[in-house]
Amino acid sequence: MIRLGAGAGFAGDRIDPAVDLARRGELDYLVFECLGERTVAAGQLRRLTDPRSGYDPLLEARMRAVLPAVEPGRTRIVTNSGAANPLAAGRAVAAVARGLGRPTKVAVVTGDDALEAVRRLDPVVWETGEPLSRCDDELVSANAYLGADGIRQALATGADVVVTGRVADPALYLGPLLHEYAWADDDWPRLAAGTVVGHLLECAGQLTGGYFADPVTKPVAGMARLGFPFADVRPDGTATLGKLAESGGRLDVRTCTEQLLYEVDQPRAYLTPDVVADFSGVSFRETGTDRVEVGGARGEPRPDELKVTLGFRGGWLGEGQISYAGPRARERAELAAEIVRERLVAVHGLEADAIGVELVGTGAAFRGLAPASDPLEVRLRVTARTTDAVRAEAVGWEVESLYTNGPAGGGGARKGTQQTLVVRSCLVPRDLVAPTVTVMED
Amino acid sequence: METTARPTLVDDLADVRAGDKGDTLILAVLPRSEEAYAVLERHLTPDAVARHYAVTEPVVRTELPHLPALVFRVPSVLAGGVTGYSGLDGHGKTLSYHLLMMTVEP
Repeated sequence: MIRLGAGAGFAGDRIDPAVDLARRGELDYLVFECLGERTVAAGQLRRLTDPRSGYDPLLEARMRAVLPAVEPGRTRIVTNSGAANPLAAGRAVAAVARGLGRPTKVAVVTGDDALEAVRRLDPVVWETGEPLSRCDDELVSANAYLGADGIRQALATGADVVVTGRVADPALYLGPLLHEYAWADDDWPRLAAGTVVGHLLECAGQLTGGYFADPVTKPVAGMARLGFPFADVRPDGTATLGKLAESGGRLDVRTCTEQLLYEVDQPRAYLTPDVVADFSGVSFRETGTDRVEVGGARGEPRPDELKVTLGFRGGWLGEGQISYAGPRARERAELAAEIVRERLVAVHGLEADAIGVELVGTGAAFRGLAPASDPLEVRLRVTARTTDAVRAEAVGWEVESLYTNGPAGGGGARKGTQQTLVVRSCLVPRDLVAPTVTVMED
Repeated sequence: METTARPTLVDDLADVRAGDKGDTLILAVLPRSEEAYAVLERHLTPDAVARHYAVTEPVVRTELPHLPALVFRVPSVLAGGVTGYSGLDGHGKTLSYHLLMMTVEP
């Protein structure tokens, strides 16, 4: 039996639950999923200005916290924190280990960078329905979703830590299973079973009560010390999910069922680079406190093409916010929005249709689907997409200037600008992309 | 004493988890009992969900009675998604609770 622990479910995730698992979890593998669709492209933008950067900014902090807590030679670490610069990330992990005085072999999986391939192939972009060459925006990154094979190869080198760039999230967990159990590349039922386990663990705290809790319908105890989950996976791919005693949260059939279906638009055909998994036969059974048995996955042959995330430079986003409260809060916020809109066009030359207005507190999150009646307070948020930083800054400036030039009682103005990215997708034939493993020489 | 019966809401029968894929909102509806599943299977038709989210493109529903769960694929709701939408919640994570507010006709 192999025990896989979830160390992170996104780039900004908490660190202490991973330390707790590393210390008390008796893990064989601790896996950190730290790479969103946008994160690789953002990393690539950073790398263009500083060639040593481009990987997860929290990687070193995570490793500094976790490496001293794991049992050497027992618990191995797998992470996609390499983002847009896996080799630099591998060197950073080696440097952290050296600083801690812990001999650590680091292997890096590259090969997801598909920039040259897409430039040559000119594939159809999903979002536009046109060839890539017809996109006006500047392409800065193209990363293919690799499968578990590169991780398997990296573990075969005897590495203590495996760092990757873009791989399919469940593959981070499937890789160790391929390595340990030597499942064949076309053993679709087991690859699907391992993929289900990976899918359940990849968002870490979302399996143990995070993103689940509702104080009335779904109470979860101890959320400030939410425990991250682990899975004991057997050679046939069935598994028992668990979390540490005395950690916060809950793990039961309800939390598992919600997470099984999270972001899954086709439960009968969950596409990954390793297998097409069918979740429709998956079932859960509680076998103890915070212990759930999972099985029933089915698998079909993997697709011939791999998904590629394309990152484009997308200009600037400017933003400003201000609050109104009490009688006519909504009406004053609406007046304020009109004033800002008029001035952004007339004084600063912005395009009217690039300006967005949200009245937070009136059902803005529901995008007009369920308008609220008279709220006690309304927070106006104005945004605009612009081609340059100066016009983006005008948005916050105009909102702030409402203090002395706008409706009565406007308070708490805030402003900001950021460079934006546009993320799109396409496919490439899988034989154009292959993983390469590099062992960091210490 | 006269009482006015409050209409039954999805919130009374199920939990909902939202996920995103580009412009598409994915709603996993998790009825709290087999009876609740039967009621929701009857009332949460793809058309009803499309009307509730004001989308014109077809909503796709997957039935998973043994879990039990219903999964809805609601296209175009997220207009731009995480990177393209200027509003605060580009993921549409808050939108699961909009489905909970939907009335289930008796």
